[in-house]
Amino acid sequence: MTTSDVAIRIAEVSHEFGEPGDAFHVRALADTSLDIVRGELLCLIGPSGCGKSTLLNMIGGLLLPTAGSVEVGSQPVRAPLPREIAFVFQENALFPWCSVLENVKLGMTFQGVPKGEHEERARRSLEAVGLKDFMKHYPAQLSGGMRQRAALARALSLQTAILLMDEPFGALDEQTRMILGEDLSVLLSRSDKTIVFVTHSLGEAVFLADRVAVFSARPGTIKEIISVDEPHPRNPNFVTTEKFGRLRNTLYGLLHDEIRKAVEQSAMAGPLS
Amino acid sequence: MSARRDRRDRRLSRGVQIGFLLGLIALWYFGTAVWGINQILLPNPINVWHELEDVIRSGEFLPDLQVTLTEVAVAFVLSCTSGVTLGYLISRSHYSIRVFEPLLAGAYSVPIILFLPLYVLFFGLGPWSKIALGTTISFFPIALNTIAGFGYVDRIFITAARSMGASDFQMFRYVLLPAALPVILTGLRIGFTVALLSILGSETIASLAGLGHRIVHLAEAMETPRMFAYIAFAVVIAALLNTVVTSLEQRARRR
Repeated sequence: MTTSDVAIRIAEVSHEFGEPGDAFHVRALADTSLDIVRGELLCLIGPSGCGKSTLLNMIGGLLLPTAGSVEVGSQPVRAPLPREIAFVFQENALFPWCSVLENVKLGMTFQGVPKGEHEERARRSLEAVGLKDFMKHYPAQLSGGMRQRAALARALSLQTAILLMDEPFGALDEQTRMILGEDLSVLLSRSDKTIVFVTHSLGEAVFLADRVAVFSARPGTIKEIISVDEPHPRNPNFVTTEKFGRLRNTLYGLLHDEIRKAVEQSAMAGPLS
Repeated sequence: MSARRDRRDRRLSRGVQIGFLLGLIALWYFGTAVWGINQILLPNPINVWHELEDVIRSGEFLPDLQVTLTEVAVAFVLSCTSGVTLGYLISRSHYSIRVFEPLLAGAYSVPIILFLPLYVLFFGLGPWSKIALGTTISFFPIALNTIAGFGYVDRIFITAARSMGASDFQMFRYVLLPAALPVILTGLRIGFTVALLSILGSETIASLAGLGHRIVHLAEAMETPRMFAYIAFAVVIAALLNTVVTSLEQRARRR
């Protein structure tokens, strides 16, 4: 792997919330290193509280590491990089006072896209996610799945090289999740974006990812990286193959003990955490 | 189908409301004309109606109405500017919210009308003591709602806007302001209502002119029918103003 292939370089990154000794002091992430390759879709999976969202926020410049460094395009990240990185959050990150179309355009206003391009780019990205007929709707008028499609359209319209997705389908029901996953795989196979995708779902990770990074319980660090050698777009039948089952089982084996540990940790820490 | 039933229900309840009002007026009429209640304590509604016609036709009400409306307008503008500005500044940090919100909420529950004698001492019997009182009273709901509006904007909106590169001005104009606006507008409406109430009320206590002043003046002269006419007039004016403010609030919400 040459340096130019690396889109995001994470070196010895740790993150702590609060100061040691504080009641709420938490070591979320410990000495994590990872190179994310240009154009790949990398899933971060792990038990709750293992720091995978923390890592995502540090890549996006929303949070600074306590130790270590995150580099995007071999520049250290110190603040959000709206021209290089777009986010899709778990839910309700659309502005409820704006229509779907206005939401997408507002993202471009923030990013600094010339006004003349807004309409065209917004329409194209909304068409791509299948919301052509819902541009004038307000978020409250859409289902959860459609809202996440709109959030994805807003991120796509920013035309960044990197897309960070923080459990984007986490609040959706299993069936909506499956359809959105399939559509996402088709959509992203047409782009050369680098994508980091945080999820709780084993199936989602195997179905979408080129590589899956499995996190240990807190303080989180990468325990193992699994490669899913399967071309995009993934065929919906992929989930029924023996290969899918084997990979899913491997992930399950790696995760199971960590999830137990995480549950015991939070039981010890009491109901507050 | 259910829309039609909705409309019928609404018409029915409107009918009941009007019937209730007519019933009250009928009760008032029979009380004075048939059951012989003293005309000085409770004048006949027909007499009151004639007085009201005279008040309106003669234009006698104009100077008093002008004084009251000016007081309300000036007080409202003052409390809006100060309440929204201060509320916004306080909402900028969690620390200042923690310090100032309880202070303001505590002060809001004090009966500020008790400051009227002090304000009369400071500003005299003219309109400025009423303006000062109306401003003080309406300042609190406006400031408190502004703090609530700006201070409790969902973090995810701010994070999302930041990740997309929003400047400070864009954050205010496109995120904080629209998120806070509904709550602030409610504060403005409450502020307007309490300003109007307290100004009308304080005019009856200490003043040289205004609708409240006129009403007390007529009561002291035992001209109760005309006093009732002025009360009815003031009620209609207050209802009209509140309707206007409420519909402005609704319009602004919908945008």
